Parts: sequence; C-alpha cells; structure tokens
Amino acid sequence: MSTATPSITTTETQARPELPLHQGSLGSRIAAGLATPGGAVFVLVGVLLVSIMVSNPNFTDPGALIRFAGRTAPIAIAAMGQYYVIVSGEFDLSMGAVIAAQVVLAGNFIGQDEGRIIPGLLLMLAVGALIGIINGLVTTLLKVPSFIVTLGMMLALSGLVRYITGGAASGNPVDAFRDIGRGGIEDVPVVDVIPYPLIILVVVATLSVWLMRRPFGRTLIAAGDNPEATHYSGAPLWSYKTRAFVLSSLSATVAGILLVGYAGVHPSVGAGYEFTAITAVVLGGVVLGGGRGWVLSAAAGAFALELLFTLLTSLGVPSTWRDTVQGLIIIAAVAVSARAWQVGRRPRRTTPTDPSRATHIATPSPNQPSTGATTGEN
Amino acid sequence: MRRTIRGTLASAAVLAVLAGCSTDVEEPADSTATESTSESEEASGDEGEWFVQADFDEQDAQRSATFEGDEAEPWLQYIDGEMSDTSEFKSDGAKKVCFANASVSNPWRQTGFITMTQQLEALQDKGVISDMEVRDAQDDDNTQLADIDYFISEGNCDAFIISPNSTAAMTPGVERACETGKPVVVFDRGVETDCATSFIHPIGGYAWGIDTAEFLSDNLEEGDKVVALRILPGVDVLETRWAAAEKIFEENGIEAEDFFTGADPTEIKKIITDALNQGEVAGVWMDAGDGAVAAIEAFEDAGVDYPVMTGEDEMSFLRKWEDTGLNGLAPVYSNFQWRTPLLALEKIFAGEEVPKEWVLPQTPITEDERAEYLEANDGMPDGHYAKFGGEDLPGFPEAWQDR
Repeated sequence: MSTATPSITTTETQARPELPLHQGSLGSRIAAGLATPGGAVFVLVGVLLVSIMVSNPNFTDPGALIRFAGRTAPIAIAAMGQYYVIVSGEFDLSMGAVIAAQVVLAGNFIGQDEGRIIPGLLLMLAVGALIGIINGLVTTLLKVPSFIVTLGMMLALSGLVRYITGGAASGNPVDAFRDIGRGGIEDVPVVDVIPYPLIILVVVATLSVWLMRRPFGRTLIAAGDNPEATHYSGAPLWSYKTRAFVLSSLSATVAGILLVGYAGVHPSVGAGYEFTAITAVVLGGVVLGGGRGWVLSAAAGAFALELLFTLLTSLGVPSTWRDTVQGLIIIAAVAVSARAWQVGRRPRRTTPTDPSRATHIATPSPNQPSTGATTGEN
Repeated sequence: MRRTIRGTLASAAVLAVLAGCSTDVEEPADSTATESTSESEEASGDEGEWFVQADFDEQDAQRSATFEGDEAEPWLQYIDGEMSDTSEFKSDGAKKVCFANASVSNPWRQTGFITMTQQLEALQDKGVISDMEVRDAQDDDNTQLADIDYFISEGNCDAFIISPNSTAAMTPGVERACETGKPVVVFDRGVETDCATSFIHPIGGYAWGIDTAEFLSDNLEEGDKVVALRILPGVDVLETRWAAAEKIFEENGIEAEDFFTGADPTEIKKIITDALNQGEVAGVWMDAGDGAVAAIEAFEDAGVDYPVMTGEDEMSFLRKWEDTGLNGLAPVYSNFQWRTPLLALEKIFAGEEVPKEWVLPQTPITEDERAEYLEANDGMPDGHYAKFGGEDLPGFPEAWQDR
C-alpha cells in the first residue's frame, strides 16, 4: 500500500509545486471531487431522489420536497456535529441521549409559559455545551477512549431522563416554542412554505463550512489524521478535540430543539440518533478514525440515508428492515470509503525522484493529509 | 494499511455496541415474540400467528356481556364464571404485599401506578395492608424474574401482585410464587399458568381491535386507506389488538398498512407524512394512544383533511380530538384495573371468593361521552387516562396532577 502512495517528504527538495487540488478547470476539479467518497454521496443523493420521484410521482411536488428537506434537517445537523468529532479521530455516542435530555428539558422547563422560551433555549444550549466539555475533557485529559466516555455519558443521560420522566411523555412545550421546529415562512411561491428547520440547517451548514476553512478546522483534521505530528506542531490537541465535542453536543441540542417542535416531547425522541448520525457521516465518505472528509458530505450523507428509507417505504419494504439496512450501509460504506481514499482519486504530483523507496521508512502511515478536507469545491 | 484496519475495527465496535443498545431499547418484549409464537403456531397462515379465532369470538361476546357488581365501581365488576375459594387465606391483621411491576415506562402504566398507590393508602388506613414493597423491572424479563425470586426468598411477603413483563418468560416466576402457598394476583398481561389466585384484566386486545376496526369500517368506504400505528411487536395485549383489527379491515375491504413506531412521535409523524405523500389517507388506527397528537399534527402540517381516527382515552388525544373536531373514537384498555389487585387481596384475606379470571369491563369513549370525561378530568396532565377510576381515592386530584 505504501509503495503506491506518494509522500510529502519527497517534495522538500522541490520548489513548491501547484497543489493538485487546484489544478485543472473548475469542471474537471468537480469531476475529480465527485469521484471521492465525500463527493460521491452527492451523486447518491441525486440518484435516490430521482428513484423516489419515479416510484412516487407525488414526490416531484416542490412542496413535498421542501417538507422532506425540513424534516431531515435535524438529522443533517446532528450528522454535521458528529462529523467534527469523527474527523478529529473520536466518537460521540451520547448524541441521542443528549437529544432526549434536551427534549425532556424543553417540555419540563418551558411548559406552557411563553416567557420561558428564551431562558429555556439558553439553558438548553448551556447544558449542551457542558456535556460536550465533560466528554471532551475526560477524553483528552483523562485519556479515556471517547468511545467509552460518550457511551458512559449516553447511559448516564438516559438514566437521568428515565428517572425524571419514568420513561413516559410529559406535556408538550408551548406552541410558540414548538414553532421553531414545526413552522416556516408561509405563502412562498412554488414551494408554498419554507420550514424554519431548513433555514437553520442552511445557517449551520454555512457556519460549518466557514469553520472548517479556518485554522480550527484544518487543525482538527490534522489532529485526526496524525495526532502525534499535530501535537509536535504545538497545537493543543485537548482544546481542539474538546471544542469538537462541544460542537457535537450543541448540534444535538439544536436537533433536539427542532425535534420537540416537529413531533413533541417523548423520551424516545432521539433514540438511535447517534447511530444514524454516524451512519450518515460514514456514508458521506468521512473516514472513521479521523483525518478525512468534508463537513457537507456528512450532511449529504444524512439526506442520502433518509432518502433511502423513504424509497424503501415507497417500494413497500417493511419498516422493520430499517435497522438491518442501516447496519449493512455502515459496513459497506466504511469498507468502500477506506478503499477509495487509499487508492487516491486525485491527480498526483509527478516527482522526479522515486517516491516509493523514500516513503517507506519516512512515513509509516502514508496517507495524504487533508485530501478529503479540501474538496471544498464539490 | 494500519489505519484502515484501525478504522474498520472501530466501526465494527461501534456496530457491536450500538446493535446491543438498540435491541434493548426497541425490543423489550423480544422473548415474548419468539416464545409465544411457537405456542400458537398452528394458528398461523393467512390469519397471522397472533390470531386465535376462539379468543376473538370469546372477547367479541364479552363486549356485550353482563357484568356482576355495581356499575359505579367498574374496577370491582366481573363476568360471572369460576371463582377461587380463598378460605385458606383468611386471616386478620395488616398484611405486607409485594408487587413485581413490569415497568412504569409509558403514561398508561404511570397513571395506573398512581391509582394503585392511592388505593394502597386507602387500604392502609383501613388496616388491611401494612406495606407494599414494589420492584420495577424496567421492561426486562430477567430483572422481573430476579425481583420475584427476591420477594420469595427475602421479601417476607404475605401476598404477591405480579404485572408480568411478558407472557411466556414470566410463567416460571409466577409458578414459583404460587408454590409458596401465599395468594398470588396477576394483572394486565397474562401468563401461561392458572396457578394464580386471581388473574385480573380488562376484556382484552381482541375487543379493542373489534371496537376500533368496526368504527373505522363503518365510517370509511371500501378501498379507503388506513395507516395503522403500532408501538412494538411481540406483546400479546398489543398484538391481539392488531390481529383483530386486521381481520375486520380485510373483511370490509379497508386497505390498512401497519407500521411500528416505538411510540416515538418523530417516527409517527414521518410515517404519516410519507403515507400522505403516497396518496390519500382516510383513516388512522392506533394500538395505543401515546403519540396520537403527533399523528394528527402530521395531517395539519400537510394541509389535508383530518382522518377518521381511533386513539385512546389518554387526555392528550381527547383534547386534540375535541380541538380538531375530527371523527374519532377513544378505545379504552381500562386503566382502573390497577386498583383491582389490592382490592382483590382485601377480599382474599377476608376469605371471600374472587373470580379465578377476573374480567373487567372495557368500554370505548364515544364522541357523545367525550365532553363528560374532559370535564371530569379537567386539570389532569396530557399523559393522564380518562378512565383511571380513582376519583373516590385519597389524594384526588393532586396525586394524579403532580407527577
């Protein structure tokens, strides 16, 4: 494998060559991007969308499409949150439990009192941030694997929710609060309504793209790709990873706020969301273990997953098969994307020296850094 | 290469852990499904593995049966039948009761448990019961078996009340409790033994299915589409509701499609929205009312007419039903049955005979009766059940309001 992959070390002797990602016309760059796992998911979304429209003509109605996009917003936001953690080389399994806790918090704290909406939102965000900080600090400073930390957090929060609610629904919060997840801008031409969740998704996605192009995003990917090198470069790993966990918990909180509005309070809201988010992230071509992948591919992965389930429903496949399908997808996606990234779909730099010998010793982990992260033009 | 392997291992681990978790969450009654299937497998075929014609016919008849006792106290009414002689248990003094509860993980069980606690208070004041020790199995068969065994060996119990988590798995536990020679009262879900002094339950799932499916069939045309929302597979009291309804839908040419929701409102809303995208939905059938509001909201959000719908006597549904004015019915799985086990023990310790199988009345709430129940339960939370039957107990109404 290492023999097939060029390495950075060999480029030291040269004048800086043009980065391969910036070579070629826009069209060819997009084509190259679509050939990576992180880009292919957008093709997949397109294919699934067309398939659904063919199998169910009602889905061609713009109103139906935009409602679908609106209801997929919470899972797409959760997937983007999970992306930060996964790309930095960790996991966040506490996501679903965070959503459930926030949903119950909204129901109990806000209740039927409109005056408590703003304090309620602030409280939920504060709780979300606190959970992320705990997850992050225990992972980074106490060196407990994130897998275990967030699993523990999941159980702790589930137990808390169960203790508070006894496992059953309490009353819904006031309608004005639920409108965030249920309402939209009415009387829009063509699509009829623009759901608020969709607007929130666009805002979150824009902020995410911006954030990933900042030094924070670059360093986070580097931390997932090669923690040792990132550490030696002087970046405080614990701080970056903790911030990734905070972003993940905050995303879960936003998803929770939208879900309370969309559906209402129930302790089972958010159940399995961590699994769905991880599946979406993996389907988006983000490599488990970190260091590869684009944040919008994670959101696209969420859309692909939901479209697939909708397609299965409209084809009459019983919903009981859903978990099985999801399980198979995660296995297949991990296998395929791991292969695809290794093969390296990008145009390679041609180097005068033979890279294969030199790299063998110099870089035992011969991955091109940040390949996936810079497919920003997709 | 190393990274690839590490990544694959990590994902395998994710799968393993998550698979484990999701099985726990979504299929608490898993063992019921597998074990009870074998018991009724000869009934399989077109009619489905849960459908037993004899039970269907029996419960169909019981819907119009005459109940013994005072109509004002339906929790003490029963259908005339075999009685258990309890003279051997007759004894004076306050007794300690041990209650192995399946869970309080849904609003129906929570409401019932409050009623039971208040009934206990009343009986403690009368000096019938000294104490009730409760163990909550949290929807887990193994936990409940351990709870029962703990009660038998260390509980110092004078009587057992068991609300089984699942039918087949809890049978040996109930049998062991019977072997102590102390009175055993089983209620709600059944077990495959008749060793209990009394088995208390409302008419049952078939009656629910018949009431609801007949209502929908009467109010819909042949060929209309009905979405059936079911909580989870494998629990007998829920499976029989659907088994009966499915049969009646088929007979009347109603096109019903069933989905499992886990009572998750997000799931419910998605299912209805998808179904509406496929075409018109004329009716909604539910095997339990939890989440009915989310189902109705899906119709509102899609901007289409309300369906004909059956929910449950949960306040959230009754209120939404009134607000929307949709054509509906609230079937009832009599929540007041949670009072009956303690009252049965009072009779048992007095040496009075009790029905061997204590079948309680189970009557749906119609649109005409709705206002009356809404008024009677004014101020109760959304998760409260209209036919909880605790109006005459100490602590009414605060105990049910503050939960």
